[in-house]
Amino acid sequence: MFKTVYNWIDERLDITPMWRDVADHEVPEHVNPAHHFSAFVYCFGGLTFFITVIQILSGMFLTMYYVPDIINAYASVDYLQHKVAFGGIVRGMHHWGASLVIVMMFLHTLRVFFTGSYKAPREMNWVVGMLIFFIMLGLGFTGYLLPWDNKAYYATKVGIQIAESVPYLGPYIQELLQGGEVVGAQTLTRFFAIHVFFLPGALLAMLGAHFLMIRRQGISGPL
Amino acid sequence: MSESYKAKERVVYVGDSRVRKGNMPNVPADYTSYPGKSEAFIPNFLLKEWMVGCVVLVGFLVLTITHPAPLGYPADPTNGAFIPMPDWYFLFIYQLLKYPYLSENYVVLGTIGIPGIAFGALLLAPFLDTGKERRFYRRPIASSLMILSLIACVYLTKVSWDHYTHELEKTNTIPEHIEREEKAREAAMAGQERPNYTKQPELPAVVDAGDPATSIIQAQCLSCHGTEYEGRGNIPPLRGVGDKYSKEEIAEIVTNGRGGMPAFGEGKGGNVELSAEEIDQVSTWLAKQKAAAE
Ligand code: HEC
Ligand code: HEM
Repeated sequence: MFKTVYNWIDERLDITPMWRDVADHEVPEHVNPAHHFSAFVYCFGGLTFFITVIQILSGMFLTMYYVPDIINAYASVDYLQHKVAFGGIVRGMHHWGASLVIVMMFLHTLRVFFTGSYKAPREMNWVVGMLIFFIMLGLGFTGYLLPWDNKAYYATKVGIQIAESVPYLGPYIQELLQGGEVVGAQTLTRFFAIHVFFLPGALLAMLGAHFLMIRRQGISGPL
Repeated sequence: MSESYKAKERVVYVGDSRVRKGNMPNVPADYTSYPGKSEAFIPNFLLKEWMVGCVVLVGFLVLTITHPAPLGYPADPTNGAFIPMPDWYFLFIYQLLKYPYLSENYVVLGTIGIPGIAFGALLLAPFLDTGKERRFYRRPIASSLMILSLIACVYLTKVSWDHYTHELEKTNTIPEHIEREEKAREAAMAGQERPNYTKQPELPAVVDAGDPATSIIQAQCLSCHGTEYEGRGNIPPLRGVGDKYSKEEIAEIVTNGRGGMPAFGEGKGGNVELSAEEIDQVSTWLAKQKAAAE
């Protein structure tokens, strides 16, 4: 039954090469920790992706309760944390995951750097990687405001003040992020939109480019 | 190194990648340039990777269950005493901006000068470090720059954190999320409900709103205490003060001030001075603000 359906689809779309390409590519010995323990450094990229998936899933569940306005934001987080079954765990995963993903990404960047894997022909993948890095920092910054407690509020206020001190562009960045005279209702909805739609969209596009390039070029050879 | 295999191959690859020089259809080629114990991605390698993933996931879940995500008190824009604290991975740049030559008049250096050079160099690393050598110990400049920046980031983060803890100690502050959790625990021990910071407590109604004393209060006090006597931020409401203080106590607070509350007594150095008679009127009226009198 499954096979017939598969064949039916395959006949029309020729999907076999797509997944066979992913499935059949060989993992060379020098990146496989089963053969060389030190190759665990090559796992950091995969682990970053794993945590990123956790972030996306837990974030999707958080938005089922979170209300992005200044009156209800704190209350909805509080409710989720204390009243909703497993809400504390979902929020905890998203909260600690945000730090963990930065750590993993950092380790991954260091492994790529110190193995010189950014060199020709992989320059573009490094640049895409750095863009991912900035997107991740942006996600961290915008997400921090959302619980709307004092820590969130004042960190954002300071962050926007710092952005504002950039010459020429500063006031525009401030306006774009803050959306008004003070950090307030507008800021919260903007940060929510950026955190939940803009940056994840950009992140997924960049990750797609990252993985396509890795498949296309293969992992860098042994040192 | 893969270079040596190249000559024997008929197909020429771009660098050590799987991409053939010239046009090619996207057909997976095998990894013959790295002979050895390579294995297929699915299922051999992926299954192992998933085992690692499971271990990580269990560790991670243990962390989230033992350490609930912190939450402080609701944001209060009028709270001037709160010590701002960004997330840990921004601390290095936060600290950087505190140094005199990177802030105030030189803030351009701090916001885009140094970070711009550092992150710009990182972004463009492949175009700055173009040699063929990949091993880090054969790339002394790139590697030492990276190690130096790492040390600098760790150092700045540590200084920033120490600074924060020091400031907490100096002002005798417990971080809000910790204080909040402790209060919740105390309430739970005492068998009470967890304190709820999201609902404003029901304030008692204003008693005798037409009294002449209210015109003084409206003029002098409500800019701080809220136009509906409801309080604002850290400033306590005036509704229901009669339950907390006697008339004499209120007169004492109004005359001499207390904390953020200015003194209104004559010759007490406040901006606004009320006569003893006015203060008496005001305190008499405030002392009547009792929930029980409703
Ligand atoms: C500059 C703002 C400001 C103004 C103006 C002001 N107050 Fe206050 N008031 C405060 C603050 C802040 C406190 C809390 C002081 C503390 O925490 O010790 C306070 C506390 C009080 C209290 C004690 C309330 C309690 O629940 O502890 C009373 C009573 C009071 N004010 C009455 C007045 C009256 C009457 C006036 C007008 C004559 C007035 N206040 C004007 C800021 C103000
Ligand atoms: C969400 C963040 C990221 C994810 C999920 C991710 C994922 C991956 C994965 C799975 C690989 C395969 C090799 C490995 O696992 O080590 C890889 C390779 C690579 N990554 Fe990333 N990465 C991320 C961020 C970055 C960043 C920040 C950089 C650096 C600026 C970067 C640069 C590279 C490069 C150049 C390669 C090719 C390395 C080689 O072929 O040896 N990546 N990435």
